[in-house]
Amino acid sequence: MAAQFDPAFLKTLQTLLPADSLLTAPEDTLPFESDGLSAYRSTPDVVALPENEAQVAAVLQLCHRHKVAVVARGAGTGLSAGALPVDGAVLLVLAKLNRIKAIDPLARTAVVEPGVRNLAISEAAAPHHLYYAPDPSSQIACSIGGNVAENSGGVHCLKYGLTVHNIINLRAWTIDGQLLEIGSESLDAPGYDLLALLTGSEGMLAVITEVTVKLLPRPERAQVVLAAFDDVAKAGAAVGNIIAAGVVPAGLEMMDKLAIHAAEAFVHAGYPLDCEALLLCEIDGVNEEVSADIYTVRDVLEASGATEIRTAESEEQRLKFWAGRKAAFPAVGRLAPDYYCMDGTIPRAQLPHVLKRISELSAEYGLAVANVFHAGDGNLHPLILFDANQPGELARAEAFGGKILELCVEVGGTITGEHGVGLEKIRQMCTQFAAPELTRFHDVKAAFDPDTLLNPGKAVPELHRCAEWGAMHVHDGQLAHPELPRF
Amino acid sequence: MLDTLIERIRAAHETHSPLIIQGGGSKTFYGNPDEGEVLGTRKFTGVVDYQPKELVLTARAGTPLAEIEALLAEQNQMLAFEPPHFVPLPNPLPLAGEGANDALCAPRPIYATLGGCIAAGLSGPRRPYAGAARDFVLGVRIIDGTGQPLRFGGQVIKNVAGYDVSRLMVGALGTLGLITEVSLKILPKPAAEITLQFELDEASAILKMNQWAGQPLPLSATSWHAGLLTVRLSGAASAVQVAQAKLGGEALHDASGFWQRLRDQATPFFDKRPLWRLAVKPTTPPLNLGDAQWIEWGGAVRWLASERPANTLREVAKTAGGHATLFRGDAPSDGTFSHSTKPASGQVAGYPHPSPRTGEGANVMPTAINDGVFTPLAPALATLHRALKQRFDPHGILNHGRLYPDF
Repeated sequence: MAAQFDPAFLKTLQTLLPADSLLTAPEDTLPFESDGLSAYRSTPDVVALPENEAQVAAVLQLCHRHKVAVVARGAGTGLSAGALPVDGAVLLVLAKLNRIKAIDPLARTAVVEPGVRNLAISEAAAPHHLYYAPDPSSQIACSIGGNVAENSGGVHCLKYGLTVHNIINLRAWTIDGQLLEIGSESLDAPGYDLLALLTGSEGMLAVITEVTVKLLPRPERAQVVLAAFDDVAKAGAAVGNIIAAGVVPAGLEMMDKLAIHAAEAFVHAGYPLDCEALLLCEIDGVNEEVSADIYTVRDVLEASGATEIRTAESEEQRLKFWAGRKAAFPAVGRLAPDYYCMDGTIPRAQLPHVLKRISELSAEYGLAVANVFHAGDGNLHPLILFDANQPGELARAEAFGGKILELCVEVGGTITGEHGVGLEKIRQMCTQFAAPELTRFHDVKAAFDPDTLLNPGKAVPELHRCAEWGAMHVHDGQLAHPELPRF
Repeated sequence: MLDTLIERIRAAHETHSPLIIQGGGSKTFYGNPDEGEVLGTRKFTGVVDYQPKELVLTARAGTPLAEIEALLAEQNQMLAFEPPHFVPLPNPLPLAGEGANDALCAPRPIYATLGGCIAAGLSGPRRPYAGAARDFVLGVRIIDGTGQPLRFGGQVIKNVAGYDVSRLMVGALGTLGLITEVSLKILPKPAAEITLQFELDEASAILKMNQWAGQPLPLSATSWHAGLLTVRLSGAASAVQVAQAKLGGEALHDASGFWQRLRDQATPFFDKRPLWRLAVKPTTPPLNLGDAQWIEWGGAVRWLASERPANTLREVAKTAGGHATLFRGDAPSDGTFSHSTKPASGQVAGYPHPSPRTGEGANVMPTAINDGVFTPLAPALATLHRALKQRFDPHGILNHGRLYPDF
């Protein structure tokens, strides 16, 4: 399989890594054929699993010298085929760099290697009553290096931000093997904000070998309110009303009827079933603050027309309310052989319109869809149900998904809130951005990696590809539906 | 107006003529000297969109920050990064139509604009607890150094499509593009605030700031100067009261004035020159440099007026995990926030001049800043900076030298 590689290259690569850190036999490399989006697969020819930073740098230098492409991969939980192997490239797996190097409880920081799991940071910080805030739903398995590459979020983004808001320092290596020390141990660094530029850059600019994350004090208390609505639009309006009342919830989640029923059948969270939408609103912080905000939230929900409002009466019930939401994906997964998870973000005011359009598209494509929504920050996860064994259904699901993303752009949103573009949404990038912006993205890439050796073909489409796909940028004043109220 | 800006930059690009981007002129003291014709953004004003329920505001670069803050206050919302204005109180808003008037005899009011706020990327006392300017930027429209208008990011809180060019613009001091429009995340104002003061030595104050930040307390600002630790608490009234009971201290009466003066450096301490800003790991013990210091941001920023060589201060900051900036190298202010020492061409004597930069390319930096205002970059980073600059501004016409002398 590795035949297409120059034997001299492979021979040198062997000298750079321990024997068990270089995989070339198909039976060894097969497990790395996809990330969390398993519809996209490609067995890698060469998998390198360096054990330390020096090995990472050496592998990059060698690849650069031989003009061999490199695809960096963390835990492989990504949902956009960002870590999909590329033909002729070395798959650089950073999972073995998994040490927590230091925790400084007084300065509230942790220095970790990229292969450290997201949740492991919070676990290590727990004795100091501290935690790492971003909590993507894959946090048991996903690693911090991947979180930085994707700028991962989670259910607590609205209050605590994304990865970019919660890291202060990076050690990263350019493809030509130069060390970049980006950020500082203070709150800012001189020069351009390369920390922000690298966060969410999907392995296209540099390879990260160390991350310094911020740790926050554990909130004194967390409380959740559940509210049922007989109308999705009312639930959507309630979200805006909560925020207008001056409350910033730690989490604000919404599910539609199909998702509610699936979740209830799966984990018996005690959700009301005779409703069209369910809101979960979590307040955390200082005890008194939580009490005050809970009263406000209940009042707002009532005024917004909730048909039922429940405050969790115990920590156990709070966790149960959340269990339903957190199990929503696998629960929906039980309704059909396969589901396809979308990740658009929209201005919240557009929610009723977008849900209505999604339901129309659902009828058009003949595929059911369940909606799970990070309502607080407008991040919508429609789950399209299909059966990959039925000829044409995967293609139909993908086409349907593409329409949803284009819809998100139309109403002033974006094609990806937290999962990244990867290979999956590369076509929709042509819809979201016009040629001049895409050109600048390629320019940014070229500043770091002029030979386009890092994760080639991902995240930013070539302009001629956009033309081939026939995708058109939705431009100001040239929208498909100019009659829509726009934000 | 946008077309005029595009045309100006296009023309300058073609003729390789340097431009100095200027908004309200409140931060002309900041950065390395640059040369060129002034390209003003004052006329490009207006809030494009403000949806309190979406927590998002979009406005044009020339919009006065004070106008935005007043609009947000009507809805009980705020810019949580508490950006500095660096202008005297009360903050004079420009009259309608101001900015069109470049008449020689009219002193131009100085005020902070949104564009300058984001280009400088400076944040105020709330920064360690709420986030920095860059944390609240959701999207920008810019004109790059070739005159090409571009749009990055958007108006939604979560957006990972494409590289984060919006945040790259924050703190770039206009060297990568003229910011024409910004979308920001907004936050509700806390229901209650109280400021407490404690008599404490420097080392104990630094320790307290860090210990308290590790506890679930509603901290929103911290400061230490001359033996006095000052702490602001923000949140629900009951939460603030309970925290106050826990922490003790003396309540400060003119609290909002205190934080506003600190934010805008409107106390005599900040009149001293050269004024250095040392950003360090927040737990760094007292720096023992001998110069009086003002500590902010939970210990992460140490202000001092020092005649020590730049290299010495930079070494101290580097050892402490951070970097040192010659924040104000100009002559001491006479308290009128007029930082000029020499009238620029066309200036009528007797009027306070907002800045050395408003004239025909005049730019006076009396204090030697041969070592640069900002900490020099490591070679690999410097190479990347130049490569990015080259891509966004190939002829190097936008604020050339303002961030680093060579680009």
